[in-house]
Amino acid sequence: MSHSAHEDSGQSPFIAHHYDNARHQFEAGKLGIWLFLVTEILFFSGLFVAYIIYRYHHPEMFEYANRYLSVKAGAINTCVLIISSLTAAWAVRAAQLRQRKTLITCLAITVVCAFAFLGIKAKEYAHKFHMGTYWGEDFDPCETPDLTPIDCAERHEGHEAAAGKAEATAAADTTAKPGAEAAAGTGEAAATAKPGEVKLPDRVAAGVPPHTSYFFSLYFGMTGLHGIHVLIGAGVFIWLLIRAIKGHFSPDYFGPVEYAALYWHLVDIIWIFLFPLLYLI
Amino acid sequence: MEAHPETNHGDDHGHGFAHVASVKSLILTWGTLMCLTGLTVYASTIHFGSNSMNLLVAMAIAIVKGTLVIVFFMHMRHEKPFHVIIIAAGILFAVLFVSIGLIDTGQYQDDVVWGSYDPGAQPTTSTTP
Repeated sequence: MSHSAHEDSGQSPFIAHHYDNARHQFEAGKLGIWLFLVTEILFFSGLFVAYIIYRYHHPEMFEYANRYLSVKAGAINTCVLIISSLTAAWAVRAAQLRQRKTLITCLAITVVCAFAFLGIKAKEYAHKFHMGTYWGEDFDPCETPDLTPIDCAERHEGHEAAAGKAEATAAADTTAKPGAEAAAGTGEAAATAKPGEVKLPDRVAAGVPPHTSYFFSLYFGMTGLHGIHVLIGAGVFIWLLIRAIKGHFSPDYFGPVEYAALYWHLVDIIWIFLFPLLYLI
Repeated sequence: MEAHPETNHGDDHGHGFAHVASVKSLILTWGTLMCLTGLTVYASTIHFGSNSMNLLVAMAIAIVKGTLVIVFFMHMRHEKPFHVIIIAAGILFAVLFVSIGLIDTGQYQDDVVWGSYDPGAQPTTSTTP
């Protein structure tokens, strides 16, 4: 490298001594972050392979189970991440141009968006737990996506709660569409049950396809891993925000902002794929 | 080095060491991404003949969105060719991973529970053993 001309007085104090100059350090970091992003792509592709194979085997289950998810919440989260991607990219520009105020504003908006995303995600998870749509063997929903109450372990624990919902259930029983025999079967069972003790349709009779728990294993696995990435990204952007306030970044030294932004964009891209796969189709 | 960062366009290796994205390109990319998000939500409400068709449309939109993020937000347009090769190789291997995984799925046809939740559903011809 013949960039000794750049090693003059105006250099950032954050250029490590083993680099020829600022550009040398920046290029080394850039190569490093791109290699890291490749490992991230391959890391997530394992989960995408699992999704594709299970979807191929149980398409009817995927088409049914995604109705448990809120498209609105997913779409809002997509927009939140796209906004944060814009501010992350703008932050890089601001650092390159020594626009300290813009840099701080952009980094702050990115952090706020990261936490907004996690907040909405936490609300969705809480709702899933409330519905009983857990992963694996624990999958035991107390409602169908159309909010028809169905038999679940939680109901067996609290009969008082079930009795309270008697009227709602009776109405739901008559509107239950899947399978004429199944509806007739549950109707008969309800007729023979004692007054005040309503027999709820079981999961299969209510139309929940077998293996639906696979969908939620994948849902929590994929969004959980993605959520951990968002959480780490939020931490990195807080660190950048503190450094930006201290005035560490300059056109000579903006590598950390650039690398964090590249990571953040990748996290955004992964969500761009997760959103339609899990929420829409 | 910090002389004219605004005028960098990839081919000027003399000053500055990275391309500075213009506000216009950032805002336009963002706007397009937002519109495509709306489009993909809207497209999911239309039935394109078959569920695989809907899947295809949603994935096509997602690929366009992902490409926009890579090209403009991650300024791949002004990236060194070596870095482009690295990321392209990463995507290539992810695609290989998915494709080889898909080849294997045909071995387990017996697991498929076709139309088990909707007795009226017509099973797809290609899937009958």
